[in-house]
Amino acid sequence: MNFKELRNNLTKDYSGFKSIKIAILGDSATQLLIQAIKGYGYTEKINCEIYEADYRQIEQEIVNLDSELYKFNPEYVVIFESTEKLINDFYKLDKINQKKYADTHIERIKSLWDRINSKLNCKIINFNCVEINDNVFGNYGNKVETASIYQIRKLNLNLMEAAREYKNIFINDVCTLQNMHGRKNTFDQRLYISSNMVINLDFLPLVAKNIIDIIKAASGKINKCLILDLDNTVWGGIIGDDGINNIQIGELGIGKIFSELQMWAKQLKERGIILAICSKNSEIIAKEPFIDHPDMILHLDDISAFVANWENKIDNVKYIQSILNIGFDSMVFVDDSLFERNMVKKMLPEVTVPELPEDPVDYVPYLRSLNLFETVSYSDEDSNRTKKYQYEAKRAKFKTNFSSVDEYLKSLNMIAEVAEFGDYHIPRIAQLTQRSNQFNLRTKRYTEEDIKKIIESNQYVTRYFKLKDKFGEYGLISIVILKKIDSDSVFIDTLIVSCRVLKRGMEEFIFNKIVKLIANGGYNKIIGEYLPTPKNALVKDILKGFGFTKGEDKWILDVKDYKERKNFIKEK
Amino acid sequence: MQKKEIIKTVQDVFIDVLEDDDIVLNYNTAADDVKDWDSLNNILLIVEIEKKFKLKFKLEEIYSFKNVGEMCDYIFNKVN
Repeated sequence: MNFKELRNNLTKDYSGFKSIKIAILGDSATQLLIQAIKGYGYTEKINCEIYEADYRQIEQEIVNLDSELYKFNPEYVVIFESTEKLINDFYKLDKINQKKYADTHIERIKSLWDRINSKLNCKIINFNCVEINDNVFGNYGNKVETASIYQIRKLNLNLMEAAREYKNIFINDVCTLQNMHGRKNTFDQRLYISSNMVINLDFLPLVAKNIIDIIKAASGKINKCLILDLDNTVWGGIIGDDGINNIQIGELGIGKIFSELQMWAKQLKERGIILAICSKNSEIIAKEPFIDHPDMILHLDDISAFVANWENKIDNVKYIQSILNIGFDSMVFVDDSLFERNMVKKMLPEVTVPELPEDPVDYVPYLRSLNLFETVSYSDEDSNRTKKYQYEAKRAKFKTNFSSVDEYLKSLNMIAEVAEFGDYHIPRIAQLTQRSNQFNLRTKRYTEEDIKKIIESNQYVTRYFKLKDKFGEYGLISIVILKKIDSDSVFIDTLIVSCRVLKRGMEEFIFNKIVKLIANGGYNKIIGEYLPTPKNALVKDILKGFGFTKGEDKWILDVKDYKERKNFIKEK
Repeated sequence: MQKKEIIKTVQDVFIDVLEDDDIVLNYNTAADDVKDWDSLNNILLIVEIEKKFKLKFKLEEIYSFKNVGEMCDYIFNKVN
């Protein structure tokens, strides 16, 4: 996507797209960056309403609580300090202050973040610094505190560390982008001198994409699953023809290419991305290398869904989707065959299908460059995800042995844990609000910071639910946030249940629990609301199902009228 | 390459970048004569023209062009 194409998008029809308000504060010329962001938004069906602060007014806009920035009330504030400007500031300092530059500057940035957070409930996207060595000290500058490169690098590190302290700060890593594309391709000195632009036209779309990537992830659009083909994708050669001793992995032939791909996939799995295999092969032959090949990096227990058969890949991807119970729009399909890719693209347009380069040697660099797995949260629970989905597959097999559903559910020995939100669970709770789309009554997305505020406020009643059964832990799979309206009634601000635990009596357990809790608290009414999205039709009638009656615009339940619902879950 | 071709190519870039099919350039056309030919769009125009003729202007030259004619003369001398 080049800048001209993005610019041409500006005249297109954005109606019907989700609107997002973004404020951009920069110390260099940002007009074209704004066009690029708006234009890139079109390709992602996002209508970016952008407020551009006056040139070099970052500090003033943020410090002055009456500024246009605050009047605009953005959902995202983008702070873009350019290395070029920072270096110029650095040059003006004496030696003592140069030595302290990165540490002084990070404090200034943090005070700006604090100021914004004191007034706005928003997310902040802060550019890091592209690294420029002015070579005043040459390579030796890496050891000299008064060298600009030393302080700029240190500032980048400081930014990472500071961002860890704030849940609503996200770093726009333009430094990595520049490393990937090279300064020669990202910067034009003439534009800098004449117009104070530090991003050249070829680089603008990449920077815009990076920002939109973060925004997409923050609004819940994330990829959760990587589906891999086997032959000539996970290894070189064709297992059915070449046999286990001749497929290329490790040292054999071009095997390193595929080892690299496997290592990357393994790291994704460790992070919490679900791996699935979708291959045209007979299952026994396809699994052989995973079990017996000494150079395989991926093993069967890394894979949550292993599908190898001779059916078409559309049905197989649909099957994988049904086991994992996640949206097609959170799946990435990697296959060396153009035919298979085109078919998936055509039949399942929501699935992300990277157009792999012709030469397999480029697969990994290309896949890495796409930034397919952007996220705005990470919790320890993520890395256990593979296990959970493997339990799921076992449950699916177990289920077929029972004559009645009740009998099956009883045999699972389900045990739930219920408690108020605590600090320890904040990352997972925020993540559930960001990731869950289907069983989500109002689809309110919360950051960890928001959740913290809810915990601290006395206006809310919160509960999380964990579940386990004889096959293993599901982990924290449901949250309820109730807002106290008055002494008589509470409002269901958020009700989320992970789709992995549906149809097991969990919904019934949750409502039983909540109604009792509210009744014991002396309240008489629970008020609910369903806010439809393209994805949450599942819960359209849930309130009605649990005995709520339709009021003027909200659903109301008198807790006296509630009838306990049957389920087979015991409380811990 | 003839001067005529050069001005025609430059004109196509203007039409494309400024999204205005009615633009007609001649040697005397200056920034004030073309709607939307502001400093921001000038950047886009210059970059596109550079790509078309596979050359790079010096910043000083970009500043010195008073009209389309001077730019085309410069391109003419460079490409031939």
